[in-house]
Amino acid sequence: MNWELMWDSVPTLLGGVPVTLELVGLALLFGAAVAFAAALLRLSGNPVAERLMAAYVFVFRGTPLLVQIFLIYYGLGQFEAVRGSFLWTFLREPFWCAILALTLNTGAYTSEILRGAILSVPQGQIEAARACGMSRTLLFRRIVLPIAIRQMLPAYGNEVILMVKASSLASTITLLEITGIARKIIAQTFAVFEIFIVAGSIYLLLNFLASRLIRYAEWRMTPYLRARG
Amino acid sequence: MFELLSFGPNGWGGQLLGGAAMTVAVSLSSFALGLVFGSLGASAKLSRNVALNALAEVYTTIVRGVPELLVIYLLFFGGGGIVMAIGRVFGYEGYIELNAFTVGVVAVGLISGAYSTEVIRGAVQAVPHGQIEAARACGMNRWLILRRILVPQTMRYALPGLGNVWQLTLKDTALISVTALAEIMRVAHVAAGSTRQPFLFYTTAAALYLVLTTVSTAAFERAERRANRGVRRA
Repeated sequence: MNWELMWDSVPTLLGGVPVTLELVGLALLFGAAVAFAAALLRLSGNPVAERLMAAYVFVFRGTPLLVQIFLIYYGLGQFEAVRGSFLWTFLREPFWCAILALTLNTGAYTSEILRGAILSVPQGQIEAARACGMSRTLLFRRIVLPIAIRQMLPAYGNEVILMVKASSLASTITLLEITGIARKIIAQTFAVFEIFIVAGSIYLLLNFLASRLIRYAEWRMTPYLRARG
Repeated sequence: MFELLSFGPNGWGGQLLGGAAMTVAVSLSSFALGLVFGSLGASAKLSRNVALNALAEVYTTIVRGVPELLVIYLLFFGGGGIVMAIGRVFGYEGYIELNAFTVGVVAVGLISGAYSTEVIRGAVQAVPHGQIEAARACGMNRWLILRRILVPQTMRYALPGLGNVWQLTLKDTALISVTALAEIMRVAHVAAGSTRQPFLFYTTAAALYLVLTTVSTAAFERAERRANRGVRRA
């Protein structure tokens, strides 16, 4: 074990944390919007929209993320129409390709989590709100969504951790986030174990913080469970 | 354009099918290895031995908290070193090189095993305690209880969770294309590079994975129906 090399690699690997956090943060932000839209369309009652969203979820959950990343990064650039359009300013950047792939991927998984949560809202609550004279949108905004979000938090916490890990695939399209930097140092020094321990610890720390954050959000959203005692 | 996917001399159809077969072979081997790791991990977590508890906890925490790609790099670049170190303990001084298939199966198997550990642990705990007591009261010894009471019921409870682990395992095998093993992703990558048709080949790869995941979902549904044939639905 080369302790000196291990110690020296810490700041270099920590230099990848901002890119990892950007990837995860933006993908989760955009992914939440996609998931919200997809879940609503899936429950809209419109058969065409429902089929379409079911197909979207089926494709993105049934294929590896690596295929999705390569399809967007290498595949889309094949078309003249894409390269000629304004989209090309984004799609030729590996960073935005990774964001797009991660967004669509987490959007598919999260929309299923959200759909399940919306369906789990007790019917009595909805009836009560309707009896109070709430309109459909008010009912959704004040009753269904808050209960659903609280309900989905544990499953969403898993999804956040999966996203932190999934962001490592961005290194396959030349992005230098934590895993990309780790690979580069391993190729230069062959210090496989030292680098694995440092990079792995950084990911474990990030995932620990993420799960704590979700745990805190859950705690904040369930005051009625801790009022007693 | 579609002749590129044909089985003729200019087509990549044969290679893609070979890649699909390789993906299935790696997935099955990794999943099986994962079940072995998972059973060991679950029994370690459920044992009263504190050291074993801690060891299993460390295993599942690290493997589930670190990106799959890092685990694969660890074994791909460091696996030979580990095996040679073990070899030296037994007095073998030569050079050992692992092939990409072995590295891939061990790496994905380790990942799969960490998830299987939790699934199997949960399933074992789901077997009602009264059944174990009843078996003991009938005079069964530990092994007989394990074989006749615990394992059959654990398998039933574990099936849905193991179905999820299988899907994860299948998709994780795409990552070992970084070790140049000729599975679906690797073949698609090579074909995309040499024909300059990346969209076509990655779409084909995605379709192949979709076929595999759909077929395995159906297979697990059948297995669950069969495992639950003696159970009354509530």
